[in-house]
Amino acid sequence: MPEAETTELRVMPPRLPSWLSRAVAPLPLAPLQPALALMLARIGRAHPELYDRLGEHAEKRFGIDPTDLPFAFVLEPRPARPLARAVRTLPGGLDASIHGPLAGLIGMAEGTLDGDALFFSRVLRVEGDVAASLALRNAIDDARIDFGKLLLGSFGPLGARLADAVRERMRALPVAGGSSWN
Amino acid sequence: MELICPAGTPASLEAAVEAGADAVYCGFRDETNARNFPGLNFSREELKKGIAFAHRHGVKVLVAINTFARAGSFGLWQAAIDAAAAAGADALILADLATLDYAARRHPAQRLHVSVQAGAANPDAIRFYAESFGARRVVLPRVLNVMEIASIARESACETEVFVFGGLCVMEEGRCSLSSYATGQSPNMNGVCSPASHVAYAERDGRITSTLGGFTINSFGKGEPAGYPTLCKGRFASPKSSGYLFEEPVSLDAAVMLPALREAGVTALKIEGRQRGRAYIAGVVRSFRGILAALDEGRQVQTPGLAAMAEGQASTVGAYRKGWR
Repeated sequence: MPEAETTELRVMPPRLPSWLSRAVAPLPLAPLQPALALMLARIGRAHPELYDRLGEHAEKRFGIDPTDLPFAFVLEPRPARPLARAVRTLPGGLDASIHGPLAGLIGMAEGTLDGDALFFSRVLRVEGDVAASLALRNAIDDARIDFGKLLLGSFGPLGARLADAVRERMRALPVAGGSSWN
Repeated sequence: MELICPAGTPASLEAAVEAGADAVYCGFRDETNARNFPGLNFSREELKKGIAFAHRHGVKVLVAINTFARAGSFGLWQAAIDAAAAAGADALILADLATLDYAARRHPAQRLHVSVQAGAANPDAIRFYAESFGARRVVLPRVLNVMEIASIARESACETEVFVFGGLCVMEEGRCSLSSYATGQSPNMNGVCSPASHVAYAERDGRITSTLGGFTINSFGKGEPAGYPTLCKGRFASPKSSGYLFEEPVSLDAAVMLPALREAGVTALKIEGRQRGRAYIAGVVRSFRGILAALDEGRQVQTPGLAAMAEGQASTVGAYRKGWR
Protein backbone atom coordinates (compact mmCIF):
# COMPACT_ATOMS: atom_id res chain seq x y z
CA MET A 1 0.00 0.00 0.00
CA PRO A 2 1.33 3.47 -0.80
CA GLU A 3 2.09 5.87 2.00
CA ALA A 4 -0.36 8.70 2.53
CA GLU A 5 0.81 11.70 0.54
CA THR A 6 1.90 14.50 2.78
CA THR A 7 3.97 16.73 0.55
CA GLU A 8 2.75 19.68 -1.46
CA LEU A 9 2.54 19.13 -5.19
CA ARG A 10 5.02 21.43 -6.84
CA VAL A 11 3.98 23.70 -9.65
CA MET A 12 6.34 26.66 -9.58
CA PRO A 13 9.03 26.23 -12.25
CA PRO A 14 12.36 27.96 -11.76
CA ARG A 15 13.68 30.75 -13.94
CA LEU A 16 16.99 30.36 -15.70
CA PRO A 17 19.81 32.33 -14.09
CA SER A 18 20.13 35.79 -15.57
CA TRP A 19 23.81 35.24 -16.36
CA LEU A 20 22.84 32.42 -18.70
CA SER A 21 20.28 34.58 -20.43
CA ARG A 22 22.87 37.34 -20.83
CA ALA A 23 25.46 34.86 -22.05
CA VAL A 24 23.31 33.51 -24.87
CA ALA A 25 21.86 36.89 -25.90
CA PRO A 26 24.62 37.85 -28.36
CA LEU A 27 24.70 34.45 -30.05
CA PRO A 28 23.36 34.25 -33.61
CA LEU A 29 20.05 32.47 -34.06
CA ALA A 30 20.85 31.08 -37.52
CA PRO A 31 22.44 27.85 -36.19
CA LEU A 32 19.23 27.12 -34.24
CA GLN A 33 17.00 27.08 -37.31
CA PRO A 34 18.07 23.74 -38.86
CA ALA A 35 17.94 22.06 -35.44
CA LEU A 36 14.41 23.37 -34.89
CA ALA A 37 13.32 22.18 -38.33
CA LEU A 38 14.80 18.77 -37.65
CA MET A 39 13.12 18.59 -34.25
CA LEU A 40 9.71 19.50 -35.66
CA ALA A 41 10.02 16.96 -38.47
CA ARG A 42 10.90 14.26 -35.94
CA ILE A 43 7.91 15.15 -33.78
CA GLY A 44 5.58 15.10 -36.79
CA ARG A 45 6.80 11.68 -37.86
CA ALA A 46 6.73 10.18 -34.37
CA HIS A 47 3.39 11.65 -33.28
CA PRO A 48 0.97 11.91 -36.23
CA GLU A 49 -1.95 11.78 -33.77
CA LEU A 50 -0.91 15.23 -32.62
CA TYR A 51 -2.41 16.70 -35.79
CA ASP A 52 -5.75 14.96 -35.15
CA ARG A 53 -5.98 16.71 -31.81
CA LEU A 54 -4.93 20.06 -33.23
CA GLY A 55 -7.59 19.82 -35.95
CA GLU A 56 -8.24 23.19 -37.59
CA HIS A 57 -5.70 24.80 -35.24
CA ALA A 58 -2.81 23.00 -36.98
CA GLU A 59 -2.86 25.74 -39.61
CA LYS A 60 -2.38 28.53 -37.07
CA ARG A 61 0.77 30.45 -36.12
CA PHE A 62 1.89 30.16 -32.52
CA GLY A 63 4.44 32.17 -30.59
CA ILE A 64 6.30 30.36 -27.82
CA ASP A 65 8.02 32.85 -25.56
CA PRO A 66 10.38 31.57 -22.85
CA THR A 67 10.41 34.72 -20.75
CA ASP A 68 13.80 33.94 -19.24
CA LEU A 69 15.54 33.57 -22.61
CA PRO A 70 16.52 36.41 -24.93
CA PHE A 71 14.76 34.79 -27.87
CA ALA A 72 11.44 33.12 -28.70
CA PHE A 73 10.02 30.65 -31.20
CA VAL A 74 7.41 30.83 -33.92
CA LEU A 75 5.64 27.55 -34.54
CA GLU A 76 3.45 26.68 -37.51
CA PRO A 77 2.52 23.01 -37.01
CA ARG A 78 0.62 22.56 -40.32
CA PRO A 79 1.05 18.92 -41.34
CA ALA A 80 2.00 19.57 -44.97
CA ARG A 81 4.89 21.91 -44.20
CA PRO A 82 5.60 22.40 -40.49
CA LEU A 83 7.78 25.34 -39.57
CA ALA A 84 9.59 26.39 -36.41
CA ARG A 85 12.07 29.22 -36.14
CA ALA A 86 13.82 31.18 -33.45
CA VAL A 87 13.29 34.94 -33.35
CA ARG A 88 14.62 37.77 -31.20
CA THR A 89 11.10 39.02 -30.51
CA LEU A 90 7.74 37.58 -31.49
CA PRO A 91 6.37 39.12 -34.70
CA GLY A 92 2.88 40.60 -35.04
CA GLY A 93 0.08 38.65 -36.70
CA LEU A 94 0.43 35.49 -34.64
CA ASP A 95 -2.80 33.65 -33.86
CA ALA A 96 -1.75 32.87 -30.29
CA SER A 97 1.26 33.18 -28.03
CA ILE A 98 2.24 31.42 -24.82
CA HIS A 99 4.60 33.11 -22.37
CA GLY A 100 6.40 31.63 -19.37
CA PRO A 101 9.78 30.51 -18.05
CA LEU A 102 11.54 27.88 -20.15
CA ALA A 103 11.28 25.26 -17.40
CA GLY A 104 7.54 25.88 -17.14
CA LEU A 105 7.00 25.54 -20.88
CA ILE A 106 9.10 22.37 -21.03
CA GLY A 107 7.47 20.96 -17.87
CA MET A 108 4.03 21.55 -19.33
CA ALA A 109 5.00 20.08 -22.69
CA GLU A 110 6.47 17.01 -21.02
CA GLY A 111 3.49 16.53 -18.72
CA THR A 112 5.34 17.14 -15.46
CA LEU A 113 3.62 20.48 -14.81
CA ASP A 114 -0.07 21.29 -15.25
CA GLY A 115 -0.87 24.14 -17.64
CA ASP A 116 -3.96 25.31 -15.75
CA ALA A 117 -2.04 25.35 -12.47
CA LEU A 118 0.70 27.42 -14.12
CA PHE A 119 -2.01 29.81 -15.34
CA PHE A 120 -3.65 30.02 -11.90
CA SER A 121 -0.29 30.81 -10.32
CA ARG A 122 0.36 33.49 -12.98
CA VAL A 123 3.51 31.74 -14.18
CA LEU A 124 2.00 31.19 -17.62
CA ARG A 125 0.30 33.75 -19.83
CA VAL A 126 -1.69 33.22 -23.01
CA GLU A 127 -2.50 35.85 -25.61
CA GLY A 128 -4.64 35.66 -28.75
CA ASP A 129 -6.63 32.60 -29.77
CA VAL A 130 -7.26 30.73 -26.51
CA ALA A 131 -8.93 27.78 -28.28
CA ALA A 132 -5.83 27.28 -30.46
CA SER A 133 -3.57 27.48 -27.41
CA LEU A 134 -5.68 24.91 -25.55
CA ALA A 135 -5.68 22.57 -28.54
CA LEU A 136 -1.89 22.82 -28.79
CA ARG A 137 -1.46 22.24 -25.05
CA ASN A 138 -3.78 19.21 -25.05
CA ALA A 139 -2.26 17.73 -28.21
CA ILE A 140 1.26 17.98 -26.82
CA ASP A 141 0.22 16.69 -23.40
CA ASP A 142 -1.23 13.60 -25.05
CA ALA A 143 1.75 13.04 -27.35
CA ARG A 144 4.19 12.53 -24.45
CA ILE A 145 7.12 14.14 -26.21
CA ASP A 146 10.48 14.28 -24.44
CA PHE A 147 10.90 17.98 -25.14
CA GLY A 148 13.84 18.47 -22.84
CA LYS A 149 15.84 15.97 -24.83
CA LEU A 150 14.53 17.14 -28.18
CA LEU A 151 14.74 20.87 -27.65
CA LEU A 152 17.84 21.19 -25.57
CA GLY A 153 19.80 18.14 -26.64
CA SER A 154 19.62 19.23 -30.29
CA PHE A 155 21.62 22.39 -29.79
CA GLY A 156 25.06 21.06 -28.92
CA PRO A 157 27.08 22.55 -26.04
CA LEU A 158 24.70 25.50 -25.63
CA GLY A 159 21.71 23.16 -25.40
CA ALA A 160 23.55 20.94 -22.93
CA ARG A 161 24.30 23.99 -20.77
CA LEU A 162 20.67 25.09 -20.84
CA ALA A 163 19.47 21.58 -20.06
CA ASP A 164 21.81 21.35 -17.08
CA ALA A 165 20.65 24.72 -15.75
CA VAL A 166 16.96 23.80 -16.10
CA ARG A 167 17.41 20.39 -14.47
CA GLU A 168 19.47 21.81 -11.62
CA ARG A 169 16.82 24.38 -10.86
CA MET A 170 13.94 21.91 -11.26
CA ARG A 171 15.48 19.78 -8.51
CA ALA A 172 14.89 22.56 -6.01
CA LEU A 173 11.42 23.65 -7.08
CA PRO A 174 9.63 25.99 -4.70
CA VAL A 175 6.08 25.14 -3.76
CA ALA A 176 3.24 27.37 -4.94
CA GLY A 177 1.17 29.04 -2.28
CA GLY A 178 -2.44 28.18 -1.55
CA SER A 179 -5.17 28.89 0.89
CA SER A 180 -8.31 27.36 2.26
CA TRP A 181 -11.49 29.26 1.55
CA ASN A 182 -13.49 27.77 4.39
CA MET B 1 -14.66 3.53 -1.63
CA GLU B 2 -13.77 3.54 -5.33
CA LEU B 3 -11.64 6.32 -6.77
CA ILE B 4 -13.08 7.65 -10.04
CA CYS B 5 -10.58 9.70 -12.02
CA PRO B 6 -10.76 11.98 -15.05
CA ALA B 7 -9.06 11.55 -18.42
CA GLY B 8 -9.24 13.98 -21.32
CA THR B 9 -6.75 12.11 -23.49
CA PRO B 10 -5.40 8.56 -23.82
CA ALA B 11 -2.18 9.69 -22.14
CA SER B 12 -4.19 11.01 -19.19
CA LEU B 13 -6.12 7.76 -18.99
CA GLU B 14 -2.86 5.85 -18.67
CA ALA B 15 -1.59 8.38 -16.11
CA ALA B 16 -4.76 7.90 -14.02
CA VAL B 17 -4.50 4.12 -14.20
CA GLU B 18 -0.83 4.19 -13.20
CA ALA B 19 -1.54 6.61 -10.34
CA GLY B 20 -4.07 4.27 -8.72
CA ALA B 21 -7.53 4.92 -10.17
CA ASP B 22 -10.21 2.29 -9.65
CA ALA B 23 -12.09 3.69 -12.62
CA VAL B 24 -11.44 6.36 -15.23
CA TYR B 25 -14.14 8.45 -16.86
CA CYS B 26 -13.81 10.03 -20.27
CA GLY B 27 -15.85 11.12 -23.28
CA PHE B 28 -15.95 11.30 -27.04
CA ARG B 29 -14.51 14.16 -29.06
CA ASP B 30 -17.85 15.88 -29.66
CA GLU B 31 -20.71 17.67 -27.92
CA THR B 32 -22.07 14.52 -26.28
CA ASN B 33 -19.92 15.04 -23.20
CA ALA B 34 -19.61 17.96 -20.83
CA ARG B 35 -15.91 18.62 -21.50
CA ASN B 36 -16.04 19.32 -25.21
CA PHE B 37 -12.83 21.36 -25.27
CA PRO B 38 -10.31 21.89 -28.12
CA GLY B 39 -7.79 19.08 -28.45
CA LEU B 40 -9.49 16.98 -25.80
CA ASN B 41 -11.36 13.67 -25.63
CA PHE B 42 -11.36 10.32 -27.39
CA SER B 43 -11.98 9.00 -30.87
CA ARG B 44 -13.85 5.69 -31.10
CA GLU B 45 -10.57 3.87 -31.70
CA GLU B 46 -8.80 5.64 -28.82
CA LEU B 47 -11.63 4.65 -26.48
CA LYS B 48 -11.32 1.00 -27.47
CA LYS B 49 -7.58 1.05 -26.86
CA GLY B 50 -8.01 2.97 -23.62
CA ILE B 51 -10.54 0.46 -22.30
CA ALA B 52 -8.25 -2.42 -23.25
CA PHE B 53 -5.34 -0.75 -21.42
CA ALA B 54 -7.43 -0.05 -18.33
CA HIS B 55 -8.87 -3.55 -18.22
CA ARG B 56 -5.38 -5.07 -18.46
CA HIS B 57 -4.66 -3.19 -15.21
CA GLY B 58 -7.94 -4.11 -13.55
CA VAL B 59 -9.35 -0.60 -13.92
CA LYS B 60 -12.85 0.24 -15.18
CA VAL B 61 -13.69 2.87 -17.80
CA LEU B 62 -16.87 4.92 -17.52
CA VAL B 63 -17.94 6.90 -20.58
CA ALA B 64 -19.62 10.25 -20.01
CA ILE B 65 -22.33 11.02 -22.57
CA ASN B 66 -23.83 13.54 -20.25
CA THR B 67 -25.03 16.50 -22.24
CA PHE B 68 -28.68 17.02 -23.17
CA ALA B 69 -29.55 15.86 -26.68
CA ARG B 70 -30.37 18.62 -29.10
CA ALA B 71 -33.74 18.38 -30.84
CA GLY B 72 -33.31 16.95 -34.30
CA SER B 73 -29.83 15.59 -33.63
CA PHE B 74 -30.53 12.72 -31.27
CA GLY B 75 -28.64 10.40 -33.62
CA LEU B 76 -25.35 11.87 -32.40
CA TRP B 77 -26.13 10.84 -28.81
CA GLN B 78 -27.48 7.44 -29.87
CA ALA B 79 -24.34 6.77 -31.89
CA ALA B 80 -22.16 7.72 -28.91
CA ILE B 81 -24.08 5.34 -26.63
CA ASP B 82 -23.82 2.52 -29.18
CA ALA B 83 -20.09 3.14 -29.69
CA ALA B 84 -19.32 3.24 -25.97
CA ALA B 85 -21.27 0.03 -25.36
CA ALA B 86 -19.54 -1.66 -28.32
CA ALA B 87 -16.13 -0.55 -27.02
CA GLY B 88 -16.76 -2.38 -23.76
CA ALA B 89 -17.40 0.56 -21.43
CA ASP B 90 -17.98 -0.57 -17.87
CA ALA B 91 -20.67 2.06 -17.44
CA LEU B 92 -22.24 4.97 -19.28
CA ILE B 93 -22.70 8.25 -17.42
CA LEU B 94 -25.92 9.84 -18.69
CA ALA B 95 -28.08 12.80 -17.72
CA ASP B 96 -30.76 13.27 -20.36
CA LEU B 97 -33.93 11.16 -19.89
CA ALA B 98 -33.94 10.40 -23.61
CA THR B 99 -30.37 9.06 -23.54
CA LEU B 100 -31.12 7.01 -20.42
CA ASP B 101 -34.23 5.57 -22.05
CA TYR B 102 -32.39 4.76 -25.29
CA ALA B 103 -29.46 3.13 -23.49
CA ALA B 104 -31.72 1.08 -21.21
CA ARG B 105 -33.79 -0.22 -24.13
CA ARG B 106 -31.00 -0.72 -26.67
CA HIS B 107 -28.34 -2.04 -24.29
CA PRO B 108 -30.21 -3.62 -21.36
CA ALA B 109 -27.07 -5.28 -19.98
CA GLN B 110 -25.10 -2.02 -19.95
CA ARG B 111 -24.46 -0.52 -16.51
CA LEU B 112 -25.84 3.03 -16.34
CA HIS B 113 -24.81 5.84 -14.00
CA VAL B 114 -26.80 9.04 -13.54
CA SER B 115 -24.55 12.04 -14.23
CA VAL B 116 -24.20 14.94 -11.83
CA GLN B 117 -25.72 16.94 -14.70
CA ALA B 118 -29.08 15.28 -13.96
CA GLY B 119 -29.19 17.06 -10.61
CA ALA B 120 -30.72 14.09 -8.79
CA ALA B 121 -30.54 15.36 -5.22
CA ASN B 122 -33.16 13.37 -3.32
CA PRO B 123 -34.18 9.71 -2.87
CA ASP B 124 -37.37 10.06 -4.94
CA ALA B 125 -35.51 11.38 -7.96
CA ILE B 126 -32.89 8.66 -7.61
CA ARG B 127 -35.57 5.99 -7.29
CA PHE B 128 -37.13 7.24 -10.51
CA TYR B 129 -33.83 6.77 -12.39
CA ALA B 130 -33.25 3.35 -10.82
CA GLU B 131 -36.78 2.05 -11.48
CA SER B 132 -37.26 3.59 -14.92
CA PHE B 133 -33.85 2.89 -16.45
CA GLY B 134 -32.15 0.44 -14.11
CA ALA B 135 -29.54 3.05 -13.11
CA ARG B 136 -27.02 1.48 -10.78
CA ARG B 137 -25.29 4.60 -9.50
CA VAL B 138 -26.03 8.30 -9.13
CA VAL B 139 -23.41 11.03 -9.06
CA LEU B 140 -24.78 13.44 -6.48
CA PRO B 141 -24.86 17.16 -7.24
CA ARG B 142 -22.53 19.33 -5.22
CA VAL B 143 -25.30 20.90 -3.17
CA LEU B 144 -25.50 18.43 -0.30
CA ASN B 145 -23.82 18.33 3.09
CA VAL B 146 -22.52 15.05 4.52
CA MET B 147 -25.62 14.43 6.66
CA GLU B 148 -27.86 14.84 3.64
CA ILE B 149 -25.61 12.49 1.65
CA ALA B 150 -25.83 9.92 4.44
CA SER B 151 -29.60 10.19 4.44
CA ILE B 152 -29.77 9.78 0.66
CA ALA B 153 -27.31 6.84 0.70
CA ARG B 154 -29.47 5.06 3.30
CA GLU B 155 -32.64 5.48 1.25
CA SER B 156 -31.10 5.39 -2.20
CA ALA B 157 -32.16 2.75 -4.67
CA CYS B 158 -28.62 2.68 -6.08
CA GLU B 159 -24.98 3.44 -5.31
CA THR B 160 -23.86 7.01 -4.66
CA GLU B 161 -20.80 8.81 -6.02
CA VAL B 162 -19.63 12.25 -4.89
CA PHE B 163 -17.03 14.75 -6.06
CA VAL B 164 -14.06 15.21 -3.76
CA PHE B 165 -11.68 17.40 -5.75
CA GLY B 166 -11.61 19.86 -8.64
CA GLY B 167 -13.65 22.57 -10.23
CA LEU B 168 -16.88 23.68 -8.62
CA CYS B 169 -20.03 24.89 -10.30
CA VAL B 170 -22.58 27.19 -8.70
CA MET B 171 -24.79 24.37 -7.53
CA GLU B 172 -27.13 24.47 -10.51
CA GLU B 173 -25.89 21.22 -11.99
CA GLY B 174 -27.38 20.62 -15.42
CA ARG B 175 -29.42 23.79 -15.26
CA CYS B 176 -26.81 26.52 -15.54
CA SER B 177 -27.22 28.85 -18.51
CA LEU B 178 -24.76 31.57 -17.51
CA SER B 179 -22.33 30.56 -20.26
CA SER B 180 -25.17 30.68 -22.79
CA TYR B 181 -25.97 34.27 -21.96
CA ALA B 182 -22.44 35.33 -22.84
CA THR B 183 -21.57 32.94 -25.67
CA GLY B 184 -24.65 31.06 -26.85
CA GLN B 185 -23.06 27.80 -25.69
CA SER B 186 -23.52 25.93 -22.43
CA PRO B 187 -22.14 22.79 -20.79
CA ASN B 188 -25.63 21.28 -20.83
CA MET B 189 -26.24 21.50 -24.55
CA ASN B 190 -22.83 21.93 -26.16
CA GLY B 191 -20.60 20.31 -23.58
CA VAL B 192 -18.59 23.42 -22.95
CA CYS B 193 -18.81 26.11 -20.30
CA SER B 194 -17.22 29.41 -21.29
CA PRO B 195 -15.87 28.09 -24.61
CA ALA B 196 -12.24 28.94 -25.26
CA SER B 197 -13.19 30.38 -28.64
CA HIS B 198 -15.01 33.17 -26.78
CA VAL B 199 -12.29 33.83 -24.18
CA ALA B 200 -9.64 36.52 -24.41
CA TYR B 201 -6.91 37.64 -22.03
CA ALA B 202 -5.24 41.03 -22.02
CA GLU B 203 -2.17 41.81 -19.95
CA ARG B 204 -1.07 45.29 -18.98
CA ASP B 205 1.56 46.20 -16.40
CA GLY B 206 1.26 42.81 -14.77
CA ARG B 207 -2.53 42.95 -14.49
CA ILE B 208 -4.44 40.41 -16.54
CA THR B 209 -8.05 40.91 -17.61
CA SER B 210 -10.21 38.02 -18.82
CA THR B 211 -13.21 38.48 -21.07
CA LEU B 212 -15.88 36.05 -22.21
CA GLY B 213 -17.94 36.90 -25.29
CA GLY B 214 -16.84 40.49 -24.89
CA PHE B 215 -17.90 40.74 -21.24
CA THR B 216 -15.18 41.45 -18.72
CA ILE B 217 -15.14 38.56 -16.26
CA ASN B 218 -12.29 39.39 -13.95
CA SER B 219 -9.10 41.33 -13.55
CA PHE B 220 -6.21 39.94 -11.53
CA GLY B 221 -3.52 42.20 -10.12
CA LYS B 222 0.16 41.41 -10.41
CA GLY B 223 0.86 38.12 -8.67
CA GLU B 224 -2.78 37.55 -7.69
CA PRO B 225 -3.83 33.93 -8.33
CA ALA B 226 -6.13 33.63 -11.33
CA GLY B 227 -9.31 31.65 -12.00
CA TYR B 228 -11.21 30.32 -14.98
CA PRO B 229 -13.04 32.91 -17.10
CA THR B 230 -16.53 31.72 -16.16
CA LEU B 231 -19.40 34.08 -15.40
CA CYS B 232 -20.19 32.34 -12.12
CA LYS B 233 -16.75 33.28 -10.85
CA GLY B 234 -16.77 36.77 -12.27
CA ARG B 235 -15.84 39.72 -10.11
CA PHE B 236 -18.68 42.20 -10.31
CA ALA B 237 -18.12 45.92 -9.82
CA SER B 238 -20.51 48.51 -8.48
CA PRO B 239 -19.76 52.20 -7.98
CA LYS B 240 -18.92 51.48 -4.34
CA SER B 241 -17.11 48.15 -4.42
CA SER B 242 -16.30 45.01 -6.35
CA GLY B 243 -16.49 41.36 -5.39
CA TYR B 244 -17.72 37.89 -6.17
CA LEU B 245 -21.49 37.46 -6.23
CA PHE B 246 -21.95 33.78 -7.13
CA GLU B 247 -18.73 32.07 -6.23
CA GLU B 248 -15.07 32.81 -5.70
CA PRO B 249 -12.41 31.24 -7.92
CA VAL B 250 -11.70 28.21 -5.73
CA SER B 251 -11.64 24.44 -6.21
CA LEU B 252 -13.27 21.72 -4.17
CA ASP B 253 -10.91 19.77 -1.92
CA ALA B 254 -12.86 17.39 0.31
CA ALA B 255 -9.87 15.29 1.37
CA VAL B 256 -10.60 16.02 5.02
CA MET B 257 -14.18 14.81 4.55
CA LEU B 258 -13.26 11.32 3.34
CA PRO B 259 -13.76 9.59 6.71
CA ALA B 260 -17.20 11.22 7.02
CA LEU B 261 -18.13 10.34 3.43
CA ARG B 262 -17.17 6.73 4.04
CA GLU B 263 -19.25 6.74 7.20
CA ALA B 264 -22.12 8.20 5.15
CA GLY B 265 -22.12 5.11 2.94
CA VAL B 266 -20.77 6.68 -0.25
CA THR B 267 -19.66 4.11 -2.84
CA ALA B 268 -17.32 6.17 -4.98
CA LEU B 269 -15.28 9.37 -4.90
CA LYS B 270 -14.86 11.43 -8.03
CA ILE B 271 -12.07 13.75 -9.07
CA GLU B 272 -13.03 16.52 -11.51
CA GLY B 273 -10.70 17.67 -14.26
CA ARG B 274 -10.86 16.01 -17.65
CA GLN B 275 -9.63 19.32 -19.08
CA ARG B 276 -6.46 19.21 -16.99
CA GLY B 277 -3.06 17.87 -17.99
CA ARG B 278 -1.35 14.62 -17.09
CA ALA B 279 0.56 16.29 -14.25
CA TYR B 280 -2.67 17.25 -12.47
CA ILE B 281 -4.24 13.85 -12.98
CA ALA B 282 -1.21 11.88 -11.82
CA GLY B 283 -0.61 14.14 -8.81
CA VAL B 284 -4.20 14.40 -7.57
CA VAL B 285 -5.06 10.75 -8.15
CA ARG B 286 -1.89 9.59 -6.37
CA SER B 287 -2.67 11.87 -3.43
CA PHE B 288 -6.21 10.58 -3.00
CA ARG B 289 -5.06 6.98 -3.45
CA GLY B 290 -2.67 7.60 -0.56
CA ILE B 291 -5.44 8.98 1.63
CA LEU B 292 -7.72 6.04 0.87
CA ALA B 293 -4.89 3.63 1.71
CA ALA B 294 -4.38 5.40 5.03
CA LEU B 295 -8.10 5.19 5.75
CA ASP B 296 -8.20 1.48 4.93
CA GLU B 297 -5.27 0.81 7.24
CA GLY B 298 -6.69 2.88 10.06
CA ARG B 299 -3.83 5.37 9.86
CA GLN B 300 -4.40 9.02 10.51
CA VAL B 301 -5.34 10.82 7.31
CA GLN B 302 -2.93 13.56 6.38
CA THR B 303 -4.39 15.67 3.64
CA PRO B 304 -2.06 16.43 0.76
CA GLY B 305 -1.24 19.96 -0.25
CA LEU B 306 -3.16 20.30 -3.46
CA ALA B 307 -3.99 24.01 -3.30
CA ALA B 308 -1.33 24.73 -5.91
CA MET B 309 -3.41 22.69 -8.37
CA ALA B 310 -6.61 24.52 -7.46
CA GLU B 311 -8.35 27.32 -9.31
CA GLY B 312 -7.32 30.58 -7.68
CA GLN B 313 -4.87 28.45 -5.71
CA ALA B 314 -7.52 28.20 -3.01
CA SER B 315 -9.70 25.33 -1.88
CA THR B 316 -13.01 24.77 -0.14
CA VAL B 317 -14.95 21.82 1.19
CA GLY B 318 -17.95 23.36 -0.56
CA ALA B 319 -21.40 22.27 0.55
CA TYR B 320 -20.10 19.25 2.47
CA ARG B 321 -19.71 21.55 5.46
CA LYS B 322 -22.30 24.25 5.13
CA GLY B 323 -21.15 26.97 7.46
CA TRP B 324 -23.76 29.39 6.16
CA ARG B 325 -26.71 27.36 7.40
